[in-house]
Amino acid sequence: MKLEFELDTYKSEVKPTWCPGCGDYAVLNALQHAMVELQLEPWNTLIVSGIGCSSNLPHFLSTYGFHAIHGRAVAVAEGIKLANPDLNVIVTGGDGDGYGIGVGHFIHAMRRNIDLTYIVMNNQIYGLTTGQASPTSEMGMKTKSTPLEGVIENPIDPIALALSTGATFVSRAFSGDAKQMAVMVAKGIEHKGFSLIDAMSPCVTYNKVNTYDFFRKRVYDLNKEGHDPSDLKAAFMKALEWPVLQRERIPLGLFYQNDRVPTYESLEPAYRKGNPMKQSLGVDDSDDLLAEFL
Amino acid sequence: MSKKDLALRIGGAAGDGVSSTAESFAKISARSGLHVWTYSSYQSVIRGGHVWTQVRGGLESLLSHGIDPDVVVALNQQTVDVHQGQVAEGGAIIYDSDLLKANPAKLRPRVRLLGMPLRKMAQQITPNALMRNTVALGAAVQLFDMDFRHVESAFKDIWGDKKPEVVQENIQAAKIGAEAVTRAGGSLQLGLRYSNVPKYLMTGNDAVALGALAAGVKFHAQYPMTPASSILHWLAAHGPKYGVVVKQAEDELAAMNMAVGAGHAGVRAMTATSGGGFCLMVEAIGQAGMTETPLVAVLVQRGGPSTGLPTKTEQGDLNLALGAGQGDWPRAILAPRHPEECFRLTAQAFNLAEIYQTPIILMSDLYLGEGFRTVEKPDFNVPIVRGMMAADGGNPGGFKRYAYTESGVSPRVLPGTKGYEYVAASDEHNDEGLLLSDILAGLPEHVEERRRMHEKRMRKLDGLRKDTPSPELWGPRNADLTFLSWGSTWGPAHEAILHLEEEGILVNSLEFPTLFPFHVDETLKILKGAKKTLSVEGNYTGQFARLLRAETGHTPTAQLHKYDGEPISWRDIAEKVLEVVA
Repeated sequence: MKLEFELDTYKSEVKPTWCPGCGDYAVLNALQHAMVELQLEPWNTLIVSGIGCSSNLPHFLSTYGFHAIHGRAVAVAEGIKLANPDLNVIVTGGDGDGYGIGVGHFIHAMRRNIDLTYIVMNNQIYGLTTGQASPTSEMGMKTKSTPLEGVIENPIDPIALALSTGATFVSRAFSGDAKQMAVMVAKGIEHKGFSLIDAMSPCVTYNKVNTYDFFRKRVYDLNKEGHDPSDLKAAFMKALEWPVLQRERIPLGLFYQNDRVPTYESLEPAYRKGNPMKQSLGVDDSDDLLAEFL
Repeated sequence: MSKKDLALRIGGAAGDGVSSTAESFAKISARSGLHVWTYSSYQSVIRGGHVWTQVRGGLESLLSHGIDPDVVVALNQQTVDVHQGQVAEGGAIIYDSDLLKANPAKLRPRVRLLGMPLRKMAQQITPNALMRNTVALGAAVQLFDMDFRHVESAFKDIWGDKKPEVVQENIQAAKIGAEAVTRAGGSLQLGLRYSNVPKYLMTGNDAVALGALAAGVKFHAQYPMTPASSILHWLAAHGPKYGVVVKQAEDELAAMNMAVGAGHAGVRAMTATSGGGFCLMVEAIGQAGMTETPLVAVLVQRGGPSTGLPTKTEQGDLNLALGAGQGDWPRAILAPRHPEECFRLTAQAFNLAEIYQTPIILMSDLYLGEGFRTVEKPDFNVPIVRGMMAADGGNPGGFKRYAYTESGVSPRVLPGTKGYEYVAASDEHNDEGLLLSDILAGLPEHVEERRRMHEKRMRKLDGLRKDTPSPELWGPRNADLTFLSWGSTWGPAHEAILHLEEEGILVNSLEFPTLFPFHVDETLKILKGAKKTLSVEGNYTGQFARLLRAETGHTPTAQLHKYDGEPISWRDIAEKVLEVVA
């Protein structure tokens, strides 16, 4: 059967400008495959990104896009989604953007369980600003901004953070396993509520520690090892494995999913009138409205 | 000359119910047919301290809250001490004689000391301590000879059908207060003839919220901050019924970015804050300018800098609004003078935002935003103009969202429209939305594109200058002096003009509902006929005078700057005028 939307449908004329070997190519590819699988209408799909190498991603797709300022992609995406809940809104960006400067919005979007899919291309370094420590850089890692002792603060554990803050779809993927990543992205988009895909996406230029090899030696599929994604407690234990407890084994896959938590949209009183985009402007019964002022 | 207005001042500690009692009196006055103007002096505390509200009512339209009160209701000793000497001749001070002491030596002539056991009187009805306020309110209404049925109707509106027993208790308490006045010598005999034709009563913030609703706002995001919070409160309560998504954001960064998202998606979007919150919004409002996203940002000023004076008024954020965001981007800054204009200009701001696809900033302040005024009935039949949209359907791939145009405005499409997919970018981009910031940066043809794109955006200022309200001259043509002011300073300026006229000094007032883009030609034309000018504004450096000088070359003959947190009064202005014309 011929599909209405194929891979090429989602490709724009703009070619990615990432370094050869950058993990972000795999993320772009996984997203395109997920969109094919879900047959997302390009005109009803909006990719919002922040600032950083990975945040250029919307330009390489043929959907609608909004390339926001640094750290605010999630907040912009929330505004878009709340204004037009019929759009598929996907947020992309890096670890500096989402777990650093924008971490406040990330947390609050999760506790709202708003129906967004957030793909964080996590390379544990600032790439576009040429190699400073990021909020997920490992302890001891020497970078341009930590040249002497290396990083002397703990990295964020995005999976544990997401679990504790109310995200209802929490997963990790790796650019070295594009198939698994595409599955996670597709499931995340399908999920009703906030979904996080923490995509380990190696920076081949500035991060000489967390390389493809580093991950290949350590990753395993937690779902194949019998992890039950409906078990929040078990998900927490898995989340702590890396980077908190050890760095020998790194779990990939779906840590947690819960479909029973109401989305923000399902509780928003304004939607009793329907999609805000589809409503007439102005007020017909202004006398009722003004009665309290008379 | 018979008296044309009255004023009641209620003072106590925070938590004493000062503002709700004053609000009831304001409503009763408006229903008596009076024009009303209120001012609350309060503090950033939830309990204790000293707060007071003045409600002025007039047979003719008012220009400020500022006259000496005819009646002071003192709920604590500090209020007696601070305000007893300010009661107008022939007035009265109501206080609990069991708890408080007034000093007759400090009173003006013929001021009556109406000490009564307010608390005990209230306890005849209910143990609720705040009921003493209602006893005092009833006494005040009786002193002013107002129709008691307005007291009953106000209480019914406040507590409604849900709590009929509370309504009855309050009516009883007010009656006890009124009867006590009758026994203690009766009313003040001010001789005001009430029309009893009710008037609409609202704050500037209410009017902004109503104007937004009239214009079809469908998304409002805000983080609580005095004195802008009541916009959030009112819209949260009433918006959803009209399909408005109202979002309390986690901070002002989120509030502005959410508004940007909603405006980009295609609904009419708004955010509101005070100066501190606006500081957090400036990067994102520049993003709206760059991505050509319509939105309305309401900036209700309070005393700065930093946390400043949260409960006091100032006009110190003009430089902030003018310079918000890095680089240049087209904006309009509107400054309503009174609630009617808050309503009108908010509605107009939504049209300007969509026609020019850029943020519009509406600047108000605490004095205007939180003060109650009687207003003409707002006309919800406001024009709604949504600006230029590209046609639906077809044309895949070739759409130029940021097409270079003469007006600077390019046809807009909303996400969800098939065949027009594009990326809006906060980086510099060309007409198709392609980034000029990375691999194209610095290449000769793209240097040219950057120049053209920047000029395209900034050309919107020409249209905005034409479509924004012009400066207005009020008062006699052949004046000795012209006031230059903006925003809420309008009222005290007009009041000063009326008082100065009595002393034979002719003054008129030039006001600027649009602060940017500046209406240079119109301003210069008017200023040509001015003999002397006095700028009047509520900040330290004279931010408006500086803007005026930068835009027109005109330096005011004199400048009046007030930055003590209190609203500018007609007396402040009149004193300065005597200095200037001497």
